[in-house]
Amino acid sequence: MEKLYTKDTQAIFWNNNKTAIQRMLDYDYTIQRKTPSVAAIVAPTSGNKFEKFFYGPDEIMVPLFKSTAEAKKAHPNADVLLNFASFRTAYDVTMEAVELGGFKSIMVTAEGIPERLARKMNNAARKAGVTVIGPATVGAIVPGAFKIANIGGTIENIVNSKLHRAGSCGLITRSGGLFNELSNIIAINADGIAEGVAIGGDRFVGSVFIDNMLRMEKNPDVKYMVLLGEVGGTEEYKVIEAVKSGKITKPIIAWCIGTIAKHFSSGVQFGHAGASANADAETAAAKNKAMAEAGIHVPASFNDLPKTIKEVYTDLLANGTISKIPEPVINTVPKVRRSKEFICTISDDRGDEATYAGFPISSVATPDTGKGIGDVISLLWFKKQYPEWATQFIETVMKTVADHGPAVSGAHNAKVTARAGKSVVEALVTGLLTIGPRFGGAIDGAAQHFKYADDNGLTPAEFLGHMKKEGIPIPGIGHRIKSLKNPDLRVEGLKKFAKEYFPATPLLDYALTVEQLTTSKKENLILNVDGTIGILMVDMWRALGYTEDEINEFISSGTLNAFFIVGRSIGFIGHILDEKRLAMPMYRHPMDDILYDVPVAEKI
Amino acid sequence: MAQKAIREYDGKALFSKQWEKYFSGFHYGFKSVLVTSGAELLAKAEEHGFEWLKQEPLVAKPDMLFGKRGKNDLVLFKTNKPGDVTLEDAAKWIDEKISHTTTLLSGQHGTLTHFIVEPFTPHGQEQEYYISATCVGEDDVLYMSAEGGMEVEEGWDEKVNEVVIPIDMTDVEIEHAITANIPEDIQEKDKASFTSFAIQFFKFYRDMNFAYLEINPIVMLDNNEMAILDLVARLDDTAGFMMKDVWGDIEYPTAFGMEDQSPEEKAIAEADSKSGASLKLTILNPMGRVWTMVAGGGASVVYADTIADFAEATGGSIADLANYGEYSGGPTTSETKFYADTIIDLMTRHKDPKGLDKVMIIGGAIANFTDVAKTFTGIIQSFEENAEKMKEHNTKIYVRRGGPNYEKGLKDIKEAADRLGLYIEVYGPETHVTDIVRMALEK
Repeated sequence: MEKLYTKDTQAIFWNNNKTAIQRMLDYDYTIQRKTPSVAAIVAPTSGNKFEKFFYGPDEIMVPLFKSTAEAKKAHPNADVLLNFASFRTAYDVTMEAVELGGFKSIMVTAEGIPERLARKMNNAARKAGVTVIGPATVGAIVPGAFKIANIGGTIENIVNSKLHRAGSCGLITRSGGLFNELSNIIAINADGIAEGVAIGGDRFVGSVFIDNMLRMEKNPDVKYMVLLGEVGGTEEYKVIEAVKSGKITKPIIAWCIGTIAKHFSSGVQFGHAGASANADAETAAAKNKAMAEAGIHVPASFNDLPKTIKEVYTDLLANGTISKIPEPVINTVPKVRRSKEFICTISDDRGDEATYAGFPISSVATPDTGKGIGDVISLLWFKKQYPEWATQFIETVMKTVADHGPAVSGAHNAKVTARAGKSVVEALVTGLLTIGPRFGGAIDGAAQHFKYADDNGLTPAEFLGHMKKEGIPIPGIGHRIKSLKNPDLRVEGLKKFAKEYFPATPLLDYALTVEQLTTSKKENLILNVDGTIGILMVDMWRALGYTEDEINEFISSGTLNAFFIVGRSIGFIGHILDEKRLAMPMYRHPMDDILYDVPVAEKI
Repeated sequence: MAQKAIREYDGKALFSKQWEKYFSGFHYGFKSVLVTSGAELLAKAEEHGFEWLKQEPLVAKPDMLFGKRGKNDLVLFKTNKPGDVTLEDAAKWIDEKISHTTTLLSGQHGTLTHFIVEPFTPHGQEQEYYISATCVGEDDVLYMSAEGGMEVEEGWDEKVNEVVIPIDMTDVEIEHAITANIPEDIQEKDKASFTSFAIQFFKFYRDMNFAYLEINPIVMLDNNEMAILDLVARLDDTAGFMMKDVWGDIEYPTAFGMEDQSPEEKAIAEADSKSGASLKLTILNPMGRVWTMVAGGGASVVYADTIADFAEATGGSIADLANYGEYSGGPTTSETKFYADTIIDLMTRHKDPKGLDKVMIIGGAIANFTDVAKTFTGIIQSFEENAEKMKEHNTKIYVRRGGPNYEKGLKDIKEAADRLGLYIEVYGPETHVTDIVRMALEK
């Protein structure tokens, strides 16, 4: 890993920290990234599926997931985890991500993770080859490519400090507040930074100075490095060793803060938890001296640091190591932005011609386009172009369910309402409102239960036992009069079509084995038309490559019912128009068809 | 802050509480009391379960985090000969010790307040062993020696066996490593017991989230009876949220000689503990003329460094630096005002002996997310209340800050100071973070 991040790097952000994520997206927009740097958010307690963020003047949706595993599965290319969990859970979140794999780096922001846990976490990550930034850090940045959360501060400061495009310095600090300061100093006195990491203030951090500096040594964009160390610890000596042994050859400018500590005996804690000198070698003065002796550029004081940076930069510019960097074109994030109340992801009427999922209406409407209503449904309902066998199946379903005579409850209700003098829409809605678990709902139920049985590998007998235990008749099984010997020809038609054109029909095949068992008990317990439709829809989606989760979501959101609603509307409207044509009078149910059994109410 | 020292008494109490779980097969009586006066000790002796205070010869010593109590002559174990200290002797001795201040060989100075009193344990030097564990670099290290007491510290390298235990070592590997490194000189009869004790000691240290745990000496008496004669312990207090039930309400005393925190420091510490933000204050020299109010942990250090550098370079001294501290993490307006009030109050108590001006450094780096204008509102409110006092002490204010909304913050504070007739210079991110120190001190 020569560079910590590139312009294609995407992160999973653990915790829906809206301000920090918005800052990342503002940065993305400013530097004209093609994809947002946050691919997904893990928000274990949120019931939402996405969070809206501004992307320049527009808004985008970033998906929310309940767990890192789900987010990673949906966004396998996101190889950075930004762990913004609290000090109580940050360890678990990191360990889970290391175990999951696929993360190149994990940034941990929490301060005060128990030391033993921090050590375990850092060790596990190191063994897995994962770079940990932090804990107790604001993160890292590769200017012009990727920025973690709040590092660099506001977008105005980022541009002022030239953090929006790659410079030539590699910057490493402990403190997050001073990171910004150093970026600013380097922007004023040199040409900005190429990569910067605030390693974090806790005693045990995942990647230390030397880890980051060895990477920067290999990164061709980094021409020299600035290291801001602190009193306490011996990490700076590892850098000195690397310089002496030639592992680091690029010029380094370094300073250890905390020279004040020499004036006071122990007891005054200057700075971070990691900053406490336990030995002479750990004092800022000793480290500054040792670094200077190793040939590292060490200023006389922190206040002189800008001067030293300027000198080193000017030399590198003069000898041609660094050339002048052209300033790139950037986008400007608008100062005033308004969040949108509604979101539409299926159609768009803003251009010359309205589109269905990106296709102008005219390109799918007329016969010469070769597109049918199945294609329109695939675009508007599923935002996909389904293959012909699938669109034809959808049409077959809708044609099959269009009507089932005047006696079924939905059609009856529509007719009664039409005869009460109501309009087409009122009468239609009355009919549609009848659709539910008992009328038409068997499609949903069949899909759901047969899929459950198949997913869990239940034998037909086990499935029957399961449904008996649940106390519900198997949806999609049974017909009033039809049997295996006297089959329902609609079902036969659907099965024939599927057998011929579907790539595979695993759930139908399973359902037929169930049917064999049920019909052996009673002749008319056949797979009926609702069941066949529901089951074949699942087979269709499976063949189209949807995941089981996506299919379950189609079922739970009522998509199957929707096919029935659209199809049956055709029949309902037919019945309503029929009533209008016939000018039938108001309907009153004959009293002799009602059983009256009304006792006098008792006093209580 | 991660590592906090606890009293010897509390460390032993923790051992006692967990003894059966970790050290079954060994015996530990936990005969210890912690008292703050002779009267308290005498009262304790009347309680049920503490009859031994009247029955056995005693040892008394201060329990206030500092070591080398023997060398400081602060261990009462004899009046005429070892093991003849009675309850009354101990009470009298304690009352004498708390009646005056004590200066240790290290120079630490203060009044003794807490004492641990235990039975005198007669034993031979050959029964004394040493054991401790801590974290060095990335690894835990277990130290064991066949020689306990003061002797172990002289000739540490020859006398002590070190076992480095990486964080990912399994229990079986740990047991092997410790067993293979038991000091040769441990008495043959104790070797097996010591090995098993050392293994359990390490697990106890690890599971209890100690940062440092030392028993010196641990005495192995007959019948697996263990006497913990002296114990030093530090806990990793960041683990507090997981260890609440095990640790109980453990106390983290301040180091001996440091407990005389000023009321102002205590007030800031209290405000800090109640706030989600960070507020820290240490008074270094109440007579100093340079007072700082710096945002951020890192920045506060470089300001202190730079003030020390320039004070010395401009004919002053480190004594000019009056305080160290920081505020960060988005304090509220009232918290910032309280912090500013406290510093201004301290700054205006004493005239500078040389008649020099007072300098107030309101510094900070470029903030990542703190709203600068918002935090300055609290400082401005404090200026409004304290302007007259500040003028009496010829206070010169130097401000440097960047970050969200800094332009407004700088403009507001400048306007307020001008309106109140206070001397102020105001700088933003174009000025090097600590350059206001140079400007202030070179004047």
